Amino acid sequence: MRAGEIHALLGENGAGKSTLVKQVYGVLQPDAGSIFWEGREVTIRDPHAARRLGIGMVFQHFSLFEAMTVAENIALGLEERPDRRRLAERIRGVSRDYGLALEPDRTVDDLSVGERQRIEIVRCLLQSPRLLIMDEPTSVLTPQETSRLFDTLRTLADQGCSILYISHKLEEIRTLCERATILRGGRVVASCDPRRESARGLAEAMIGTKLRDVTRPGAGQRAAARPRLQVERLSLAAEEPHGTPLREVSFEAREGEILGIAGVAGNGQGELLAALAGERPADSADSIRIDGRAVGRLSPDRRRRLGLCTLPEERNGEAAVGEMTLWENAILTAYHRRSLVGRGLLRRGAAETFAAQVIERFDVRTAGPGAAAGSLSGGNLQKFVVGREILQRPEVLVIAQPTWGIDAAAAKLIQQALVDLAAQGSAVVVISQDLDELLELSDRLAVMNVGRLSPARPTRDYSQEAIGLLMGGIHGDPAAASPTVA
Amino acid sequence: MSVRIERRPAPSRLLMAVTPLLAVALTVVTGFLLFLLLGFDAGRALWEFFVVPVSTLYDLAELGVKAAPLIIIATGLALGFRANVWNIGAEGQLTVGALCAGGLALAFWQQEGVWILPVMVVAGVAGGLAWAAIPAFLKTRFGVNEILVSLMLTYVALLLLSTLVYGPLKDPEGFNFPQSRLFSGSAQLPILLEGTRLHLGVPVALAVALTGWVLLARGFIGFQLRVLGLAPAAARYAGFSRGRLTWFCLLASGGLAGLAGAFEVAGPIGQLVPELTPGYGFTAIIVAFLGRLHPLGIIPAGLLVALSYIGGDNAQISVGLPQAVTGVFQGLLLFFLLASDFLFRYRLRLTAGREARA
Amino acid sequence: MDQQVLLPLLLSVIGAATPLLLAAIGELVTEKAGVLNLGVEGMMLSGAVLGFAATVATGSPALGILAAAAGGIALALGFGVLTLTLMANQVAAGLALTIFGIGLSALVGADFVGMPVEPLAKLDLPVLTELPVVGPLLFHHDALVYLSLLLTGGVALFLRRGRGGLVLRAVGESAEAAHSLGYHVVRVRYLAVAFGGLTSGLAGAYLSLSYTPMWAEGMTGGRGWIALALVAFASWRPGRVLLGAYLFGGVGILQLYAQGAGGIGVPSQVMSMLPYVATIVILTVIAAGRWRGRLDAPACLGKPFRPST
Repeated sequence: MRAGEIHALLGENGAGKSTLVKQVYGVLQPDAGSIFWEGREVTIRDPHAARRLGIGMVFQHFSLFEAMTVAENIALGLEERPDRRRLAERIRGVSRDYGLALEPDRTVDDLSVGERQRIEIVRCLLQSPRLLIMDEPTSVLTPQETSRLFDTLRTLADQGCSILYISHKLEEIRTLCERATILRGGRVVASCDPRRESARGLAEAMIGTKLRDVTRPGAGQRAAARPRLQVERLSLAAEEPHGTPLREVSFEAREGEILGIAGVAGNGQGELLAALAGERPADSADSIRIDGRAVGRLSPDRRRRLGLCTLPEERNGEAAVGEMTLWENAILTAYHRRSLVGRGLLRRGAAETFAAQVIERFDVRTAGPGAAAGSLSGGNLQKFVVGREILQRPEVLVIAQPTWGIDAAAAKLIQQALVDLAAQGSAVVVISQDLDELLELSDRLAVMNVGRLSPARPTRDYSQEAIGLLMGGIHGDPAAASPTVA
Repeated sequence: MSVRIERRPAPSRLLMAVTPLLAVALTVVTGFLLFLLLGFDAGRALWEFFVVPVSTLYDLAELGVKAAPLIIIATGLALGFRANVWNIGAEGQLTVGALCAGGLALAFWQQEGVWILPVMVVAGVAGGLAWAAIPAFLKTRFGVNEILVSLMLTYVALLLLSTLVYGPLKDPEGFNFPQSRLFSGSAQLPILLEGTRLHLGVPVALAVALTGWVLLARGFIGFQLRVLGLAPAAARYAGFSRGRLTWFCLLASGGLAGLAGAFEVAGPIGQLVPELTPGYGFTAIIVAFLGRLHPLGIIPAGLLVALSYIGGDNAQISVGLPQAVTGVFQGLLLFFLLASDFLFRYRLRLTAGREARA
Repeated sequence: MDQQVLLPLLLSVIGAATPLLLAAIGELVTEKAGVLNLGVEGMMLSGAVLGFAATVATGSPALGILAAAAGGIALALGFGVLTLTLMANQVAAGLALTIFGIGLSALVGADFVGMPVEPLAKLDLPVLTELPVVGPLLFHHDALVYLSLLLTGGVALFLRRGRGGLVLRAVGESAEAAHSLGYHVVRVRYLAVAFGGLTSGLAGAYLSLSYTPMWAEGMTGGRGWIALALVAFASWRPGRVLLGAYLFGGVGILQLYAQGAGGIGVPSQVMSMLPYVATIVILTVIAAGRWRGRLDAPACLGKPFRPST
């Protein structure tokens, strides 16, 4: 990389991007090979050493301390011991110069996700880095915030700072970066100028095979279809100090359709899923209806009996228990609908059979129903838990982040399965941060922002910009007080 | 070259069964060294500690008598520990159970009747249950840590026992000793084996362990407990009620501790005294862990720990070993067990590169 | 109450509070770093017996205090190895430490039961001790009492201002984040645990060398557990730990006095229950009053840290 160059590191999940970059930042040590910095070979023992060389890194998952202030968080990321007042001044200065508004004395758990990322960036900038590594920075930003970030990065590059930009978002890379290195399976497979390539070309280089499109039999709306899931003015107070309250969320999911719910992380999607699943009872039983029946006050297992299945985004630790076997994980949600429990005892045989069915139908690569869920790769575990829910033949399926962090082939399989489920007459609700996925899959689309849901409209009626504005409706923009439609 | 610590994807089953033996071995070796340090004939002391107590039929029966309460309590505790519900107050629940059972026996001290014993047992269970209901309520309603509450209540229970035995329940013909009257014949557990103290509590302990095993491994509620302990978020997602499961664990372990208490006063002790047990409620925690929180493992673990009690007494008489050695042994056992746990959950890998920091 | 009764009463309160304060302030540091060490009772007893034994054997209370501190640190480090390096369950390890500590102290102390020892000398501060009323109350104590207050103040400053305190709090808040920033989580936790052992050992030494200058099996009588409760009760803030220690000390003394003053017709054991019941009540009030879910506890408390790649 040259000085002032914005260089993309491209690759699928599991290609090795994070691993590579952690070695540059000193978190990991290479087993072989060398790193040259400004002409000299260097050994980067730990992040302190990296920072001393002038390398800064903004992680995908923030290294922030919730209960501490912005200033304290930044101080922890700095090398020297600055005194408090000087640090506060420097923070304000940098915020101004680069357009990253921050208050040094606020506690982190009061901040939005976009603001938290700014802490990470300011922390790096205060050390005058010569190389800034950014790991998937825009996965938590709205389109408007993204373009502001790009402005900041271009300013930095103009000043001579090199930027190593890790992402799998092809359009962004083509906008921002002048060179790209593509990794697959831990190796460099291509190196190019992304502005000269098509997005599809880049994608195929990342994956290595031709992409298959998802087929939608008889795609199109059925406006006359009956609603299977009705949510009316669902409001719920936040459970944790930095959770998001739900405000009068209303929508319906109809027979045979896929309803997409878009939105940047941290706007209440997790809370919505938990509320729909029944982890917290709604204020009124009528706010949630399944095939007309009021279920708002029922527990998750009762709702499953009535036909509502859900799948949260955290697969190991919530959707499945890593230390348990696949047949035990099958019992976790399917015990009623597939009769896996009888007279207070587990029916192991039935559970193993069901688990085997899931494994077979969803191409889960594993030793068998007796394998520990934690031993499966991300993609395979996701296929298993999605399959577990779909094979229960739910009337309504609400699923969050169905394909995050998994390989393209597994993602396609899951997406096709969702489409097929809808075709059989179920209502499917997909909550996702991946806008491309939602645009491809959903019949209708709504956007979630600070706990509010915009009215759902047919997908083809939206423009990218309109969605972006809805997603960013209240985020830091003093002008917009409520979501607007372009 | 460096050593990296890696979590095993699935715990090694072989090591899971072997590590308790390793812990025992390490404890014995440490004990040997300790005896040497204290100036004893180490070999003889070990012999007196571990072998002599199991050489006669009477001794074996004694082993059962001492192990029974440990197994009963430990089974209940294991259910809770699996679900991350930490009942540290079993000693208190045992005491209250014993008080209820004993109180009933004293109320009818002049009577005989087949019905007395069963009612005592029920009273014991109820007492333990009620005492455990306090931490259960405080935890589920207010979120108060059950470790501290159950522990504080243990001290309260022991003081309560002391108050009653020194006061209203004191034997008027007992020369002012702090003890209650002896219970009547009906209020005592029948002896199962002639010439020993082997009482009904022993087969009951086995039954409790077996039931606990079925419940935990095959039962739906056992499944829910395991999920709650391994992945609380998954338990919530599945709809398993954390509050209900917490109540279940505390009531079950409290009730079982009360049962053990009732058996102790109806059995070996036969009356109420200020010190009912040498700390069974706490030692049962060690038994639970030694048995890998698995009811079938708790049976041999209970026998082993019971052996340490008897051995300690025996060695004190024959070799002059201080009483406190038993406590040291038990603490060491848990210590080594936790340490060797590491082996079956993690493995060491040698790598060519260097890890930045441990 | 007149001067004759009031002064000794207040002095007793200080005496009762000091071991609680010492043990609790160390446990606070340990917990702030994210480690829950339930073995306080065991470490305290070991400190008591080692301090006593060393003082009797060498005739020097200074050596006794040193021995107590060393013993506390040694046990704490053993706990540290189990939980930080071998990643064992912290609750179980803490209990193991308690049971082992109780047994060990009984073993070591067997020969020392009933032996007399000179109580720790009370230090007189030049002008201050001469002051009326306040003088004998505040400025005529042994070294450990002053040390307890100094340590409390020191810990408060350290946590608020020092860089070390910042790092310690960070480790307790999010070990993962601290690790990615390059901080040595395990090392910081070892130091915190060792400090907890140090103060618990000192607390024990205070009991056997000053409060009741003697050794008896189990002489801590559950104070270690009360110290643990204190930390939670104080929302992990040093100032409140000081308050709580004196409050609990006060309750303990009050019931002794009530017993001594002919009692209120209530048996002594019931009065002895007071501190324990008070602990439960206070913990409940605190938990009920707070916003459910937000406890000011260090977010990582009790969770093992696995350095992941």
